[in-house]
Amino acid sequence: MTALQIIFYILSSFAVFSALMVVASSNPVRGALFLVLTFFCMAGIWLLLHAEFLALILMLVYVGAVMTLFLFVVMMLSVSRLSLKEGFVRFLPINVLIVLLIVGLAIMVLSPERFGLLQMPIPMDKGVDYSNTMSLGMQLYTEYAYPFEIAAVLLLTAIIAAITLTHGDRKKHKSQKISAQIAVRAKDRVRLVKMNSEPKLKPNNSAGQ
Amino acid sequence: MENNLLSIALIIIALPLTGAIIAGLFGKLIGRSATHTVTISLVGISFLLACYLFKLIVLDGQPAVDGIVYQWIQSGSFSLNIGLLVDRLSATLVFVVTFVSLMVHIYTIGYMADDPGYQRFFSYVSLFTFAMLTLVLANNFLLLFFGWEGVGLVSYLLIGFWFKREAAVFGSLKAFLVNRIGDIGFVLAIAAILMLFGQLDYAHVFNNVNSILDKTIHVFPGVTPPAITVICVLLFIGAMAKSAQVPLHVWLPESMEGPTPISALIHAATMVTAGIYMVARMSPLFEYSEVTLSLVIAIGATTCFFMGLLAVFHHDIKRVIAYSTLSQLGYMTVALGASAYDAAIFHLLTHAFFKALLFLAAGSVIIALHHEQDMRKMGGLASYMPITYLTFGIGALALAAIPPFAGFYSKDAIIEAVKLSSIPGAGYAYFCVVAGAFITPLYIFRAFFLTFHGEEHLDPEAKKHLQESPWVVLIPLIALAVPSIIAGGILIGPMLFSDPKLLGDSIFVLPQHDVLTKLAVDYQGATAMAVHASHTWTFWLAISGIVAAWMFNMRFTDFAEKLKQRFSWVYKIMVSKYGFDDFNQIVFVRGTRRIGSFFYKVSDLMMIDGIFVNGSGRLIVWFSQVSKRVQSGYLYQYALVMIAGLLFFLGWLLLGF
Amino acid sequence: MISLSQYLIVAALLFGIGMAGIIINRKNIIILLMSIELILLAVNTNFIAFSYFLDNVVGQIFVFFILTVAAAEAAIGLAIMVVLFRKRGTLEVQDLDLLKG
Repeated sequence: MTALQIIFYILSSFAVFSALMVVASSNPVRGALFLVLTFFCMAGIWLLLHAEFLALILMLVYVGAVMTLFLFVVMMLSVSRLSLKEGFVRFLPINVLIVLLIVGLAIMVLSPERFGLLQMPIPMDKGVDYSNTMSLGMQLYTEYAYPFEIAAVLLLTAIIAAITLTHGDRKKHKSQKISAQIAVRAKDRVRLVKMNSEPKLKPNNSAGQ
Repeated sequence: MENNLLSIALIIIALPLTGAIIAGLFGKLIGRSATHTVTISLVGISFLLACYLFKLIVLDGQPAVDGIVYQWIQSGSFSLNIGLLVDRLSATLVFVVTFVSLMVHIYTIGYMADDPGYQRFFSYVSLFTFAMLTLVLANNFLLLFFGWEGVGLVSYLLIGFWFKREAAVFGSLKAFLVNRIGDIGFVLAIAAILMLFGQLDYAHVFNNVNSILDKTIHVFPGVTPPAITVICVLLFIGAMAKSAQVPLHVWLPESMEGPTPISALIHAATMVTAGIYMVARMSPLFEYSEVTLSLVIAIGATTCFFMGLLAVFHHDIKRVIAYSTLSQLGYMTVALGASAYDAAIFHLLTHAFFKALLFLAAGSVIIALHHEQDMRKMGGLASYMPITYLTFGIGALALAAIPPFAGFYSKDAIIEAVKLSSIPGAGYAYFCVVAGAFITPLYIFRAFFLTFHGEEHLDPEAKKHLQESPWVVLIPLIALAVPSIIAGGILIGPMLFSDPKLLGDSIFVLPQHDVLTKLAVDYQGATAMAVHASHTWTFWLAISGIVAAWMFNMRFTDFAEKLKQRFSWVYKIMVSKYGFDDFNQIVFVRGTRRIGSFFYKVSDLMMIDGIFVNGSGRLIVWFSQVSKRVQSGYLYQYALVMIAGLLFFLGWLLLGF
Repeated sequence: MISLSQYLIVAALLFGIGMAGIIINRKNIIILLMSIELILLAVNTNFIAFSYFLDNVVGQIFVFFILTVAAAEAAIGLAIMVVLFRKRGTLEVQDLDLLKG
């Protein structure tokens, strides 16, 4: 067993374990932190696959930005401990069974007979002067220039959408309308009504009825 | 000449139909007297033409005419025609039908004088005449069936003429339903004939009887009787319903709920004899089926004796005559069974006269007593209504077979014929008809004495208005009384014993069945027969019947009462009419209702309403309830379903099950 | 050496856990979103593994775009969650059944 294998097994077992904890933990904050750990481990695995740029992006963008955002929101909404609801246990076995079946099927397909080293040998090393980032950039800015720009627009859209969603609700917003205050006139506020005085009620009539 | 005869026959049929249409559709418009003038004159012309036809065919001996008036359906070699057959048999019956019909038309003027349904009644009676003439003159089974159903329909309409009376409605329904049973037999017989012969014309069928004698019909698994027997039995089932033979007789007494002229015309003289006519017409078929002839003779004999016996125990004057009709129809059927078809038709003729006479006379009494029919509330009417009394007496004597009245000749001929017949069952039949010879005078003279003699039990209110009926009522009585006296003596020679006979080759008899020829050996003329009667014991039976009727009802009423108490169980059986009605009511009516309500509850309410109609609705509701639960709104459940689907298709793809 | 199969199986396990997180989760939407992140992570891992073993950088470009989209999705998802919380005062999936038929 080589060092790489050891690293792989450690990382992958940590990844799987922490992913399980993400799903199983009842505290969302803890869940988010376990998710960070999963990302961390997977970034390591990506490094093993010679995808250095993406591994770093994963660390920076996901762990640095997205997960921070998650934690921020979770804490802002103060949803801490959540109780298990009724029905969880009732449907648990069938859900677990379905998941296990799908995973089983997937593993069956992805078995070493099909994707083993014989069928998929490890490619040659690229050499020391090979830069993953550069080759990625070469592709991205030539062949995938349009998708790259569309992705940028998509991110912009997401920013605007997020702001609109959270800030678009004006009803709870209490603020002065100065123009309306200035434009107001006296007759809109006060109405003078003329009316006759009430006739005197006869004392013995209609009192008790 | 042929065409002329055919046209005359067609006119004879068409005139009553015209009358029926005029009276039915325009009756209210043209008024009462115009209605009866039109219908009576049209039927009168019909009658005159029928006389002419009778003279040409029967008396002058012109050959029979069988012609097609109109081709209805043509399909390949098979065709259905509206065709007429004018031969000796049909000419004779047309004569009788138009004569009785004319008498009834005239009589109706008096009987229905103050009835609101006057025009309707005339329309029905004319329509009946049309249907009956069609039946008689048809030259094929289809047209015969048309006339058959036509008379059945009018019979139904007329029994229920007073449709506000519950009993009338019940009676009409009963008649209709019982006749349907017979019709099933008849229709099946026609179908069998069509299947075996390919044509429905009498001529074709009768000429090819030999070709099917060795054929059989598969009725049930393992039961394959000869085809000819099947056809004849089925035909006879039709005849049994129409001619009210046991056990399909139950409708005839109920039919007395109709107006009396109808009882006379339809339920005594003509329609009920359609079965007799049909069997006589089919004699070329029946002759070859000895089994059926035995059945015919046995059923006829049973009807003849047991129904006659019932007449002794009834108090309603019309019912007594109705049971008498049953009994006399039994005589005719016995004659048919004994292959004495001529005798059957002979009795049919004389019976038409004297039975119509009896009914009309009874009707005359009923009008005079303001529609009172119970004989216990009559008595001593002879002095008030002499003509009615006299004519009823003549009818009674004719019925009782006292020489030289008409009934004597025809009934005696039947009894003698049965004596000579060698058909299985003839012995039983002989016993029945001889016993009938005693029973017949007993019941009819019981009615006669109770009505016209003895103490008056009249309603005092009715007595004030009691008088002889008007002339429109009496003319038919007299006109019918004359043939009731003389027709027998005149007709017996030509009808039964001459060569060729009056009906000639309309009737076919196999030599080994030919009882009438054997009988002819002893025949020495009508007068001699009447004189000779005092040496036969049937005559003395008849006389003793009359005497017994007088003794029990006039002289020793206490004795009759004691007998009644002594043999109360017999009396109970008689009053309940052997339980036929109760049996039908319990087994068929209630049974059918049970079955009906069973199917209503099980197949209609449960299967159709419950399962199909409401069930489909409920299924949709149930399905919606279930599928609603799928629409829980929970994302994770939707995801679960999605993933389950994914699993399914993934599995399908990978494992290929 | 580590075969492609091993990488793919790890990804499949992550994918399965993410899926389980969605369908088993009875708690709150945040964990739902996290499960989606897990699934995306698994997919990305697949892409990168194939990119490496097939010696083709296009797979990594795909991952790049997926990361972009996932970031956008996370941002909007969290924004929606905030709005939801303001409107209904809860994030429990049990209470979010407005789609109910």
